[in-house]
Amino acid sequence: MKKSNDLYEVFLRSIRGVDHRHVGSLHADTAEQALTYARDVYTRRSEGVSIWVVKSTDITASQEQDAESFYDPMDDKPYRHASFYVLPDEIDNM
Amino acid sequence: MSDSGQAVFDRRIEAEQKIEPKDWMPADYRKNLIRQMSQHAHSEVIGMQPEGNWISRAPTLKRKMVLLAKVQDEGGHGLYLYSATETLNATRDEMNAALHSGKAKYASIFNYPALSWADVGAIGWLVDGAAIVNQISLQGTSYGPYSRAMIRICKEESFHQRQGYEIMIALAKGTPMQKAMAQDALNRVWWPSLMMFGPHDSASAHSGRSMQWKIKLRTNDDLRQSFIDQTVPQIKFLGLELPDPDIKWNEERGHYDSGEIDWDEFKRVISGDGPCNRDRIRHHKKALDEGQWVREALQAYHNKKASASAA
Repeated sequence: MKKSNDLYEVFLRSIRGVDHRHVGSLHADTAEQALTYARDVYTRRSEGVSIWVVKSTDITASQEQDAESFYDPMDDKPYRHASFYVLPDEIDNM
Repeated sequence: MSDSGQAVFDRRIEAEQKIEPKDWMPADYRKNLIRQMSQHAHSEVIGMQPEGNWISRAPTLKRKMVLLAKVQDEGGHGLYLYSATETLNATRDEMNAALHSGKAKYASIFNYPALSWADVGAIGWLVDGAAIVNQISLQGTSYGPYSRAMIRICKEESFHQRQGYEIMIALAKGTPMQKAMAQDALNRVWWPSLMMFGPHDSASAHSGRSMQWKIKLRTNDDLRQSFIDQTVPQIKFLGLELPDPDIKWNEERGHYDSGEIDWDEFKRVISGDGPCNRDRIRHHKKALDEGQWVREALQAYHNKKASASAA
């Protein structure tokens, strides 16, 4: 028998059509229970139309100290942005 | 009393709410979305080929880096769209099989070769320009994952058209030979770009249904007209000849009139008989086959790890 219940991360979709966003976490014994708790804890003021719960241990995350190897290579690529291309005023609404 | 799935669905469409993967939806709505979204994904991925062909021959290091970034984006956009289509329970294998058998189509423009460096400019300017007109409208599509993929893609793609037009400016203001190259590219890419919007509304098999379900918000002809209206001044700014002698401003309509598209050519190319159809599919299959050993190795590694942790 396990000693403590699991930590779940809670994601809410505030209105139909937008992405679920992380709002916090809570402890529960089962996923169904986590969903019920999430309703009580995170949507008391109708904050959402849909809730996702995901076991925290199921999330694989990058680490802050690895940020360099993840993001540095992007810093010297300004040509990925529209503003890099200077067009004449007549055409600039492109 | 609870409403039927159909009633809830109809009400959501009516109220312009999004449909999400776990919602009930009519089988034909799902089927129609899988068709349109997978073909959109295929267009992104097959579209990497004509431009990719020029990466090693770009005239400067800057152009090469820009082109690499653009082609990389197209691959990423294909991935967003395949993933969004998978939320409808279509599998990647099914989608690839449909592409290879010819059952699933992709934008017929990519069945034409990119013959000169100016084509890379014309593709960014016109093909991406046409795609953006369509995709801006699709940001409002009724299927949530498709809509969100479109929003992300439009944001990332904002540089594609500008880099293409910048290439066209350089050529149009260059030597007479460069200007002729730009004109030639414009003349060839123009018509297939107009074909990207699909058949006339009166001849479009799926349009009525798709509009009803708000998968599509504007008709093929409406979108095509927007593209023509925004592009004609850009052609004039370059000092190039219009690629269609029938293009004329129509004061009454407030739009440019234009000549008729060669629909026989459209049908021929979309059904497999364009200059590059076979090459495109052959290359796609080859890339998929050549990656097979990597997927197998990853699977073997995964199985080994799983059995080690089970022991």
